[in-house]
Amino acid sequence: MGKHTPLYDVHVAQGAKMVDFGGWDMPINYGSQLNEHHQVRNDAGMFDVSHMTIVDLNGERVREFLKNLLANNVDRLKESGKALYTCMLNEKGGVIDDLIVYYIDDQFYRMVVNASTREKDLAWIREHAADFSVAVSERDELAMIAVQGPNARDKAHRALGDLVATQANQLKPFFIKLMDNNIAIARTGYTGEDGYEIMLPIAEASSLWMKLAEQEVQPIGLGARDTLRLEAGMNLYGSDMDETTTPLESGLSWTVAWQPEDRDFIGRKALEAQKAQGVSRKLVGLLLEDKGGVFRNHQKVIADGLEAGEITSGSFGPTLGTSVALARVAATTGEQCKVDVRGKQLSARVLKPPFARNGKSVVSD
Amino acid sequence: MSLIPDDLRYTKSHEWVRMEDDGTVTIGITDHAQALLGDLVFIEVPEAGNTYTEGDDCAIVESVKAASDVYCPLDGEVIAGNEVLADAPETVNKDAFGDGWMFKLSLTDAGSFESLMDAEAYKEIVAEDEH
Repeated sequence: MGKHTPLYDVHVAQGAKMVDFGGWDMPINYGSQLNEHHQVRNDAGMFDVSHMTIVDLNGERVREFLKNLLANNVDRLKESGKALYTCMLNEKGGVIDDLIVYYIDDQFYRMVVNASTREKDLAWIREHAADFSVAVSERDELAMIAVQGPNARDKAHRALGDLVATQANQLKPFFIKLMDNNIAIARTGYTGEDGYEIMLPIAEASSLWMKLAEQEVQPIGLGARDTLRLEAGMNLYGSDMDETTTPLESGLSWTVAWQPEDRDFIGRKALEAQKAQGVSRKLVGLLLEDKGGVFRNHQKVIADGLEAGEITSGSFGPTLGTSVALARVAATTGEQCKVDVRGKQLSARVLKPPFARNGKSVVSD
Repeated sequence: MSLIPDDLRYTKSHEWVRMEDDGTVTIGITDHAQALLGDLVFIEVPEAGNTYTEGDDCAIVESVKAASDVYCPLDGEVIAGNEVLADAPETVNKDAFGDGWMFKLSLTDAGSFESLMDAEAYKEIVAEDEH
Protein backbone atom coordinates (compact mmCIF):
# COMPACT_ATOMS: atom_id res chain seq x y z
CA MET A 1 0.00 0.00 0.00
CA GLY A 2 1.25 3.45 -0.91
CA LYS A 3 1.02 6.74 0.91
CA HIS A 4 -2.38 8.41 1.12
CA THR A 5 -3.17 12.08 0.64
CA PRO A 6 -5.78 13.62 2.97
CA LEU A 7 -8.31 13.23 0.15
CA TYR A 8 -7.83 9.48 -0.35
CA ASP A 9 -11.16 8.47 1.19
CA VAL A 10 -12.96 11.16 -0.80
CA HIS A 11 -11.51 9.86 -4.06
CA VAL A 12 -12.60 6.32 -3.30
CA ALA A 13 -16.08 7.54 -2.35
CA GLN A 14 -16.26 9.45 -5.65
CA GLY A 15 -15.55 6.25 -7.58
CA ALA A 16 -11.91 6.85 -8.42
CA LYS A 17 -9.75 4.08 -9.79
CA MET A 18 -6.61 4.32 -7.66
CA VAL A 19 -3.10 3.56 -8.92
CA ASP A 20 0.44 3.83 -7.59
CA PHE A 21 2.20 7.04 -8.53
CA GLY A 22 5.69 7.53 -7.10
CA GLY A 23 4.75 5.67 -3.93
CA TRP A 24 1.36 7.40 -3.54
CA ASP A 25 -2.07 5.87 -4.09
CA MET A 26 -3.60 8.40 -6.46
CA PRO A 27 -6.75 8.59 -8.61
CA ILE A 28 -6.06 7.77 -12.29
CA ASN A 29 -9.66 8.58 -13.26
CA TYR A 30 -13.16 8.77 -11.82
CA GLY A 31 -14.78 6.97 -14.77
CA SER A 32 -13.76 8.54 -18.06
CA GLN A 33 -10.36 10.08 -18.60
CA LEU A 34 -11.54 11.66 -21.86
CA ASN A 35 -14.52 13.34 -20.24
CA GLU A 36 -12.29 14.64 -17.48
CA HIS A 37 -9.89 16.11 -20.03
CA HIS A 38 -12.70 17.94 -21.85
CA GLN A 39 -14.18 19.07 -18.54
CA VAL A 40 -10.99 21.00 -17.77
CA ARG A 41 -10.64 22.47 -21.28
CA ASN A 42 -14.32 23.53 -21.37
CA ASP A 43 -15.36 24.27 -17.79
CA ALA A 44 -13.54 23.47 -14.54
CA GLY A 45 -11.89 20.50 -12.87
CA MET A 46 -10.04 19.89 -9.61
CA PHE A 47 -6.94 17.81 -8.97
CA ASP A 48 -5.56 16.48 -5.72
CA VAL A 49 -1.89 17.40 -5.93
CA SER A 50 -1.21 16.97 -2.22
CA HIS A 51 1.49 14.44 -3.05
CA MET A 52 3.67 17.26 -4.40
CA THR A 53 6.34 18.63 -2.10
CA ILE A 54 6.11 22.17 -0.73
CA VAL A 55 9.40 23.50 0.62
CA ASP A 56 9.90 26.85 2.37
CA LEU A 57 13.33 28.48 2.31
CA ASN A 58 14.19 31.13 4.87
CA GLY A 59 17.32 33.09 5.58
CA GLU A 60 19.15 36.33 4.96
CA ARG A 61 21.13 34.78 2.08
CA VAL A 62 18.26 32.87 0.48
CA ARG A 63 18.37 34.84 -2.78
CA GLU A 64 22.09 34.27 -3.09
CA PHE A 65 21.48 30.56 -2.41
CA LEU A 66 18.83 30.22 -5.12
CA LYS A 67 20.96 32.09 -7.66
CA ASN A 68 23.47 29.30 -7.16
CA LEU A 69 21.01 26.39 -6.93
CA LEU A 70 18.71 27.10 -9.89
CA ALA A 71 19.35 27.43 -13.63
CA ASN A 72 16.81 30.21 -13.95
CA ASN A 73 17.57 33.44 -12.11
CA VAL A 74 15.44 34.46 -9.14
CA ASP A 75 16.63 38.03 -9.75
CA ARG A 76 13.90 38.02 -12.41
CA LEU A 77 11.40 38.03 -9.53
CA LYS A 78 10.89 41.69 -8.61
CA GLU A 79 7.39 41.67 -7.14
CA SER A 80 6.37 39.76 -4.04
CA GLY A 81 4.41 36.63 -4.94
CA LYS A 82 5.86 36.20 -8.42
CA ALA A 83 6.58 32.63 -9.58
CA LEU A 84 9.43 31.29 -11.70
CA TYR A 85 9.66 27.93 -13.50
CA THR A 86 13.16 26.49 -13.41
CA CYS A 87 15.33 23.40 -13.46
CA MET A 88 17.61 22.37 -10.63
CA LEU A 89 20.73 20.87 -12.21
CA ASN A 90 23.60 18.68 -11.12
CA GLU A 91 27.21 19.59 -11.94
CA LYS A 92 26.91 17.80 -15.29
CA GLY A 93 23.95 19.96 -16.29
CA GLY A 94 21.51 17.04 -15.88
CA VAL A 95 18.08 17.87 -14.52
CA ILE A 96 17.62 16.80 -10.88
CA ASP A 97 14.08 18.20 -10.98
CA ASP A 98 11.94 20.95 -12.49
CA LEU A 99 10.10 23.15 -10.05
CA ILE A 100 8.27 26.37 -9.36
CA VAL A 101 9.81 28.89 -6.98
CA TYR A 102 7.73 31.71 -5.52
CA TYR A 103 9.31 34.90 -4.20
CA ILE A 104 7.56 35.91 -0.98
CA ASP A 105 10.06 38.39 0.47
CA ASP A 106 13.81 38.89 0.54
CA GLN A 107 14.25 36.28 3.24
CA PHE A 108 11.52 33.83 2.23
CA TYR A 109 10.91 31.79 -0.95
CA ARG A 110 8.58 28.85 -1.42
CA MET A 111 9.26 25.99 -3.84
CA VAL A 112 7.02 23.22 -5.14
CA VAL A 113 8.92 20.15 -6.37
CA ASN A 114 7.80 16.80 -7.77
CA ALA A 115 6.53 13.97 -5.58
CA SER A 116 8.58 11.27 -7.27
CA THR A 117 11.85 13.14 -6.64
CA ARG A 118 11.11 14.30 -3.10
CA GLU A 119 13.92 12.51 -1.23
CA LYS A 120 16.77 13.37 -3.57
CA ASP A 121 15.52 16.96 -4.02
CA LEU A 122 15.39 17.60 -0.29
CA ALA A 123 18.82 16.03 0.21
CA TRP A 124 20.33 18.14 -2.58
CA ILE A 125 18.67 21.35 -1.41
CA ARG A 126 19.70 20.81 2.22
CA GLU A 127 23.27 19.96 1.26
CA HIS A 128 23.69 23.26 -0.57
CA ALA A 129 21.54 25.37 1.75
CA ALA A 130 23.92 24.72 4.61
CA ASP A 131 26.63 26.82 2.93
CA PHE A 132 24.25 29.79 2.90
CA SER A 133 22.69 29.26 6.34
CA VAL A 134 19.28 28.88 4.72
CA ALA A 135 16.60 26.98 6.65
CA VAL A 136 14.80 24.34 4.58
CA SER A 137 11.31 23.40 5.83
CA GLU A 138 9.14 20.82 4.12
CA ARG A 139 5.51 21.85 4.61
CA ASP A 140 4.03 18.37 4.72
CA GLU A 141 1.22 19.62 6.94
CA LEU A 142 -0.24 21.32 3.86
CA ALA A 143 -2.47 19.75 1.21
CA MET A 144 -2.73 21.11 -2.32
CA ILE A 145 -5.71 21.25 -4.68
CA ALA A 146 -5.45 22.55 -8.25
CA VAL A 147 -8.58 24.03 -9.84
CA GLN A 148 -8.19 24.48 -13.60
CA GLY A 149 -10.31 25.49 -16.56
CA PRO A 150 -12.00 28.56 -18.06
CA ASN A 151 -14.57 28.66 -15.23
CA ALA A 152 -12.20 27.48 -12.51
CA ARG A 153 -11.51 30.83 -10.90
CA ASP A 154 -15.17 31.89 -10.71
CA LYS A 155 -16.19 28.59 -9.22
CA ALA A 156 -13.25 28.56 -6.81
CA HIS A 157 -14.15 32.06 -5.63
CA ARG A 158 -17.63 30.87 -4.69
CA ALA A 159 -16.21 27.83 -2.88
CA LEU A 160 -13.53 29.78 -1.02
CA GLY A 161 -15.74 32.43 0.54
CA ASP A 162 -15.58 36.20 0.20
CA LEU A 163 -12.52 36.94 2.30
CA VAL A 164 -10.18 34.58 0.45
CA ALA A 165 -11.89 35.09 -2.92
CA THR A 166 -11.34 38.85 -2.85
CA GLN A 167 -7.60 38.35 -2.41
CA ALA A 168 -7.44 35.54 -4.97
CA ASN A 169 -9.32 37.62 -7.53
CA GLN A 170 -6.51 40.20 -7.48
CA LEU A 171 -3.85 37.65 -8.40
CA LYS A 172 -2.16 38.11 -11.75
CA PRO A 173 -1.10 35.00 -13.69
CA PHE A 174 1.94 33.28 -12.19
CA PHE A 175 1.61 34.95 -8.77
CA ILE A 176 0.98 33.51 -5.32
CA LYS A 177 -0.67 35.09 -2.28
CA LEU A 178 -0.01 33.81 1.21
CA MET A 179 -3.00 34.41 3.42
CA ASP A 180 -3.99 33.90 7.05
CA ASN A 181 -4.47 30.42 8.50
CA ASN A 182 -1.81 28.83 6.31
CA ILE A 183 -3.78 29.20 3.11
CA ALA A 184 -1.90 30.14 -0.05
CA ILE A 185 -3.34 30.55 -3.51
CA ALA A 186 -1.25 30.58 -6.68
CA ARG A 187 -2.49 31.37 -10.17
CA THR A 188 -0.45 28.55 -11.66
CA GLY A 189 -1.11 25.07 -13.01
CA TYR A 190 -0.15 22.19 -15.25
CA THR A 191 -2.92 22.10 -17.85
CA GLY A 192 -2.58 25.12 -20.17
CA GLU A 193 -5.76 26.55 -18.64
CA ASP A 194 -6.33 29.41 -16.21
CA GLY A 195 -6.88 28.51 -12.59
CA TYR A 196 -5.41 28.17 -9.14
CA GLU A 197 -3.25 25.88 -7.07
CA ILE A 198 -4.49 26.14 -3.51
CA MET A 199 -2.32 25.15 -0.55
CA LEU A 200 -4.11 24.68 2.74
CA PRO A 201 -3.93 22.74 6.01
CA ILE A 202 -4.59 19.01 5.62
CA ALA A 203 -7.59 19.17 7.97
CA GLU A 204 -9.38 21.57 5.60
CA ALA A 205 -8.71 19.76 2.33
CA SER A 206 -11.85 17.59 2.25
CA SER A 207 -14.07 20.50 3.15
CA LEU A 208 -12.75 22.65 0.27
CA TRP A 209 -12.96 19.68 -2.14
CA MET A 210 -16.65 19.20 -1.29
CA LYS A 211 -17.36 22.94 -1.59
CA LEU A 212 -15.78 22.90 -5.03
CA ALA A 213 -17.89 19.86 -5.91
CA GLU A 214 -20.99 21.85 -4.90
CA GLN A 215 -19.94 24.42 -7.52
CA GLU A 216 -19.87 21.58 -10.06
CA VAL A 217 -16.11 21.46 -10.29
CA GLN A 218 -15.47 17.85 -11.35
CA PRO A 219 -12.69 15.72 -9.89
CA ILE A 220 -9.92 14.94 -12.42
CA GLY A 221 -7.47 12.05 -12.22
CA LEU A 222 -3.81 11.74 -13.12
CA GLY A 223 -4.75 10.28 -16.53
CA ALA A 224 -6.33 13.50 -17.76
CA ARG A 225 -3.68 15.54 -15.93
CA ASP A 226 -1.13 13.86 -18.18
CA THR A 227 -2.96 14.47 -21.49
CA LEU A 228 -3.71 18.07 -20.47
CA ARG A 229 -0.07 18.86 -19.69
CA LEU A 230 1.10 17.04 -22.82
CA GLU A 231 -1.21 19.08 -25.07
CA ALA A 232 -0.03 22.19 -23.22
CA GLY A 233 3.57 21.26 -24.11
CA MET A 234 4.68 20.95 -20.51
CA ASN A 235 7.43 18.48 -19.69
CA LEU A 236 7.00 15.61 -17.25
CA TYR A 237 10.01 14.92 -15.09
CA GLY A 238 11.29 11.37 -15.48
CA SER A 239 9.79 11.03 -18.98
CA ASP A 240 10.83 14.12 -20.93
CA MET A 241 13.96 14.94 -18.94
CA ASP A 242 16.01 13.52 -16.11
CA GLU A 243 19.57 13.59 -14.78
CA THR A 244 20.94 12.26 -18.09
CA THR A 245 19.55 15.15 -20.14
CA THR A 246 20.17 18.88 -19.92
CA PRO A 247 17.58 21.66 -20.29
CA LEU A 248 19.13 22.51 -23.67
CA GLU A 249 18.07 19.15 -25.11
CA SER A 250 14.73 19.14 -23.26
CA GLY A 251 13.00 22.16 -24.78
CA LEU A 252 13.86 24.17 -21.69
CA SER A 253 16.56 26.55 -22.93
CA TRP A 254 14.17 29.38 -22.20
CA THR A 255 14.42 28.58 -18.49
CA VAL A 256 18.21 28.91 -18.38
CA ALA A 257 19.26 32.44 -17.46
CA TRP A 258 22.71 33.01 -18.99
CA GLN A 259 22.86 36.65 -17.93
CA PRO A 260 24.59 37.94 -15.93
CA GLU A 261 27.62 35.98 -17.04
CA ASP A 262 29.16 35.92 -13.60
CA ARG A 263 26.23 34.12 -11.95
CA ASP A 264 27.77 30.75 -11.22
CA PHE A 265 24.79 28.40 -10.91
CA ILE A 266 25.26 24.64 -10.48
CA GLY A 267 25.58 23.03 -13.92
CA ARG A 268 26.47 26.24 -15.72
CA LYS A 269 29.92 25.10 -16.83
CA ALA A 270 28.53 21.88 -18.28
CA LEU A 271 25.78 23.74 -20.16
CA GLU A 272 28.28 26.24 -21.55
CA ALA A 273 30.49 23.40 -22.76
CA GLN A 274 27.52 21.68 -24.38
CA LYS A 275 26.44 24.90 -26.05
CA ALA A 276 29.97 25.57 -27.34
CA GLN A 277 30.16 22.07 -28.77
CA GLY A 278 26.70 22.32 -30.31
CA VAL A 279 23.57 20.72 -28.86
CA SER A 280 22.97 17.56 -30.87
CA ARG A 281 19.43 16.74 -29.72
CA LYS A 282 16.23 18.71 -29.25
CA LEU A 283 12.82 18.09 -27.71
CA VAL A 284 10.00 18.66 -30.20
CA GLY A 285 6.28 18.16 -30.50
CA LEU A 286 4.85 15.51 -32.85
CA LEU A 287 1.36 15.54 -34.31
CA LEU A 288 0.09 12.32 -35.90
CA GLU A 289 -1.03 12.99 -39.45
CA ASP A 290 -1.86 9.36 -40.34
CA LYS A 291 -4.44 7.01 -38.98
CA GLY A 292 -3.22 3.73 -37.60
CA GLY A 293 -2.31 3.99 -33.95
CA VAL A 294 -1.40 6.08 -30.96
CA PHE A 295 2.00 7.50 -30.01
CA ARG A 296 3.51 5.92 -26.90
CA ASN A 297 6.65 6.52 -24.86
CA HIS A 298 9.85 5.06 -26.36
CA GLN A 299 8.53 4.61 -29.91
CA LYS A 300 11.27 5.29 -32.46
CA VAL A 301 11.28 8.45 -34.56
CA ILE A 302 12.60 8.16 -38.12
CA ALA A 303 13.66 11.15 -40.23
CA ASP A 304 14.98 10.88 -43.79
CA GLY A 305 15.10 7.12 -43.42
CA LEU A 306 17.33 7.18 -40.35
CA GLU A 307 16.55 6.72 -36.69
CA ALA A 308 16.39 10.24 -35.26
CA GLY A 309 15.34 9.65 -31.67
CA GLU A 310 12.38 8.51 -29.62
CA ILE A 311 9.12 9.64 -28.09
CA THR A 312 9.45 10.72 -24.47
CA SER A 313 5.72 11.31 -23.84
CA GLY A 314 3.11 10.02 -26.25
CA SER A 315 -0.65 9.72 -25.96
CA PHE A 316 -3.93 10.63 -27.56
CA GLY A 317 -4.64 14.37 -27.43
CA PRO A 318 -8.37 14.65 -26.79
CA THR A 319 -8.53 18.36 -27.71
CA LEU A 320 -6.66 17.68 -30.97
CA GLY A 321 -8.61 14.52 -31.77
CA THR A 322 -5.39 12.79 -32.78
CA SER A 323 -2.24 11.50 -31.20
CA VAL A 324 0.41 13.92 -29.93
CA ALA A 325 3.84 13.44 -28.41
CA LEU A 326 6.99 15.04 -27.15
CA ALA A 327 10.09 13.45 -28.67
CA ARG A 328 13.82 13.86 -28.29
CA VAL A 329 15.32 13.85 -31.78
CA ALA A 330 18.46 14.85 -33.65
CA ALA A 331 18.82 18.63 -33.84
CA THR A 332 18.86 18.37 -37.63
CA THR A 333 15.33 16.89 -37.79
CA GLY A 334 13.08 18.91 -40.11
CA GLU A 335 9.33 19.47 -40.24
CA GLN A 336 8.23 15.93 -41.04
CA CYS A 337 9.11 12.51 -39.65
CA LYS A 338 7.85 8.96 -39.25
CA VAL A 339 7.16 7.15 -36.01
CA ASP A 340 7.35 3.38 -35.64
CA VAL A 341 3.97 2.56 -34.11
CA ARG A 342 3.75 -1.18 -33.50
CA GLY A 343 5.69 -1.95 -36.65
CA LYS A 344 3.99 0.61 -38.89
CA GLN A 345 5.72 3.81 -39.95
CA LEU A 346 3.16 6.59 -39.45
CA SER A 347 3.66 10.19 -40.65
CA ALA A 348 3.98 12.96 -38.11
CA ARG A 349 4.42 16.71 -38.27
CA VAL A 350 7.25 18.11 -36.16
CA LEU A 351 6.29 21.29 -34.38
CA LYS A 352 7.04 23.48 -31.42
CA PRO A 353 4.68 22.78 -28.50
CA PRO A 354 2.12 23.64 -27.17
CA PHE A 355 -0.63 21.82 -29.05
CA ALA A 356 -3.50 23.36 -27.08
CA ARG A 357 -4.05 26.29 -24.76
CA ASN A 358 -7.10 27.96 -23.23
CA GLY A 359 -9.62 25.40 -24.37
CA LYS A 360 -8.56 24.88 -27.95
CA SER A 361 -6.01 23.61 -30.41
CA VAL A 362 -3.24 26.05 -31.35
CA VAL A 363 -1.94 23.84 -34.18
CA SER A 364 -2.47 25.24 -37.68
CA ASP A 365 -4.20 23.03 -40.25
CA MET B 1 -19.85 -6.16 -11.78
CA SER B 2 -19.68 -6.12 -15.56
CA LEU B 3 -22.38 -7.27 -17.92
CA ILE B 4 -21.91 -10.89 -18.99
CA PRO B 5 -24.76 -12.04 -21.28
CA ASP B 6 -25.71 -15.71 -20.86
CA ASP B 7 -26.14 -16.40 -24.57
CA LEU B 8 -22.50 -15.72 -25.53
CA ARG B 9 -19.28 -17.71 -25.28
CA TYR B 10 -16.02 -16.24 -23.94
CA THR B 11 -12.22 -16.50 -23.87
CA LYS B 12 -9.75 -16.00 -21.04
CA SER B 13 -8.38 -13.01 -22.96
CA HIS B 14 -11.80 -11.31 -22.71
CA GLU B 15 -13.22 -11.78 -26.20
CA TRP B 16 -16.89 -12.71 -26.62
CA VAL B 17 -18.25 -14.93 -29.41
CA ARG B 18 -21.83 -15.17 -30.66
CA MET B 19 -23.13 -17.99 -32.91
CA GLU B 20 -25.35 -16.56 -35.63
CA ASP B 21 -28.22 -18.36 -37.38
CA ASP B 22 -26.12 -18.89 -40.52
CA GLY B 23 -23.35 -20.69 -38.63
CA THR B 24 -20.87 -17.78 -38.69
CA VAL B 25 -19.70 -16.17 -35.45
CA THR B 26 -19.49 -12.52 -34.36
CA ILE B 27 -16.63 -11.48 -32.08
CA GLY B 28 -15.90 -8.51 -29.82
CA ILE B 29 -14.29 -7.66 -26.51
CA THR B 30 -16.27 -7.91 -23.29
CA ASP B 31 -17.69 -5.11 -21.20
CA HIS B 32 -15.18 -6.09 -18.53
CA ALA B 33 -12.33 -5.67 -21.03
CA GLN B 34 -13.47 -2.24 -22.19
CA ALA B 35 -13.80 -1.12 -18.56
CA LEU B 36 -10.24 -2.25 -17.85
CA LEU B 37 -8.90 -0.46 -20.92
CA GLY B 38 -10.76 2.80 -20.38
CA ASP B 39 -11.69 5.27 -23.12
CA LEU B 40 -10.80 3.74 -26.49
CA VAL B 41 -9.29 6.10 -29.06
CA PHE B 42 -8.11 3.75 -31.84
CA ILE B 43 -9.30 0.39 -33.11
CA GLU B 44 -8.01 -1.64 -36.03
CA VAL B 45 -10.20 -4.57 -37.08
CA PRO B 46 -9.13 -7.37 -39.45
CA GLU B 47 -9.97 -7.25 -43.14
CA ALA B 48 -12.36 -9.66 -44.81
CA GLY B 49 -10.49 -12.56 -46.37
CA ASN B 50 -7.82 -12.80 -43.68
CA THR B 51 -7.53 -16.23 -42.12
CA TYR B 52 -6.45 -16.84 -38.55
CA THR B 53 -5.86 -19.69 -36.20
CA GLU B 54 -6.93 -19.65 -32.60
CA GLY B 55 -4.76 -17.31 -30.52
CA ASP B 56 -3.48 -15.14 -33.39
CA ASP B 57 -3.52 -11.43 -32.71
CA CYS B 58 -5.94 -10.09 -35.26
CA ALA B 59 -7.10 -6.68 -34.02
CA ILE B 60 -5.75 -3.78 -31.95
CA VAL B 61 -7.57 -1.68 -29.40
CA GLU B 62 -5.85 1.39 -28.01
CA SER B 63 -7.15 3.37 -25.08
CA VAL B 64 -5.78 6.69 -23.89
CA LYS B 65 -3.61 4.62 -21.58
CA ALA B 66 -2.28 1.72 -23.64
CA ALA B 67 -2.50 -0.57 -26.66
CA SER B 68 -3.82 -4.14 -26.46
CA ASP B 69 -4.07 -6.99 -28.92
CA VAL B 70 -7.31 -8.80 -29.58
CA TYR B 71 -6.87 -12.55 -30.16
CA CYS B 72 -8.82 -14.67 -32.59
CA PRO B 73 -10.83 -17.09 -30.45
CA LEU B 74 -11.18 -19.83 -33.10
CA ASP B 75 -9.78 -20.90 -36.48
CA GLY B 76 -11.50 -19.29 -39.45
CA GLU B 77 -11.74 -16.68 -42.18
CA VAL B 78 -12.85 -13.11 -41.58
CA ILE B 79 -16.02 -12.28 -43.52
CA ALA B 80 -16.47 -8.73 -42.20
CA GLY B 81 -14.83 -6.18 -39.91
CA ASN B 82 -16.84 -3.46 -38.16
CA GLU B 83 -15.69 -0.40 -40.14
CA VAL B 84 -17.63 1.98 -37.88
CA LEU B 85 -15.02 1.51 -35.16
CA ALA B 86 -12.25 3.26 -37.10
CA ASP B 87 -14.00 6.59 -36.71
CA ALA B 88 -15.99 5.83 -33.56
CA PRO B 89 -13.87 3.63 -31.27
CA GLU B 90 -15.92 4.80 -28.29
CA THR B 91 -18.73 2.56 -29.60
CA VAL B 92 -17.00 -0.34 -27.84
CA ASN B 93 -17.05 1.55 -24.53
CA LYS B 94 -20.75 2.29 -24.93
CA ASP B 95 -21.99 -1.03 -26.30
CA ALA B 96 -19.35 -3.76 -26.16
CA PHE B 97 -21.78 -6.62 -26.93
CA GLY B 98 -23.88 -4.80 -29.55
CA ASP B 99 -22.77 -2.04 -31.93
CA GLY B 100 -19.22 -2.49 -30.65
CA TRP B 101 -18.75 -5.91 -32.32
CA MET B 102 -15.37 -6.14 -34.02
CA PHE B 103 -15.42 -8.84 -36.71
CA LYS B 104 -17.30 -11.84 -38.11
CA LEU B 105 -15.70 -15.18 -38.78
CA SER B 106 -16.55 -18.18 -40.92
CA LEU B 107 -15.32 -21.11 -38.84
CA THR B 108 -12.99 -23.76 -40.17
CA ASP B 109 -14.66 -26.25 -37.84
CA ALA B 110 -18.24 -25.40 -36.85
CA GLY B 111 -17.95 -27.65 -33.80
CA SER B 112 -15.03 -25.64 -32.35
CA PHE B 113 -17.49 -23.09 -30.96
CA GLU B 114 -18.51 -25.61 -28.29
CA SER B 115 -14.96 -25.60 -26.90
CA LEU B 116 -15.32 -21.99 -25.69
CA MET B 117 -16.21 -21.01 -22.13
CA ASP B 118 -19.80 -20.31 -21.24
CA ALA B 119 -20.98 -17.27 -19.26
CA GLU B 120 -20.73 -19.06 -15.91
CA ALA B 121 -17.08 -19.95 -16.43
CA TYR B 122 -16.26 -16.44 -17.65
CA LYS B 123 -17.97 -14.89 -14.63
CA GLU B 124 -15.49 -16.73 -12.41
CA ILE B 125 -12.55 -15.31 -14.36
CA VAL B 126 -13.91 -11.79 -14.07
CA ALA B 127 -14.59 -12.26 -10.36
CA GLU B 128 -10.93 -13.27 -9.86
CA ASP B 129 -9.81 -10.24 -11.88
CA GLU B 130 -11.87 -7.90 -9.72
CA HIS B 131 -10.30 -9.12 -6.49
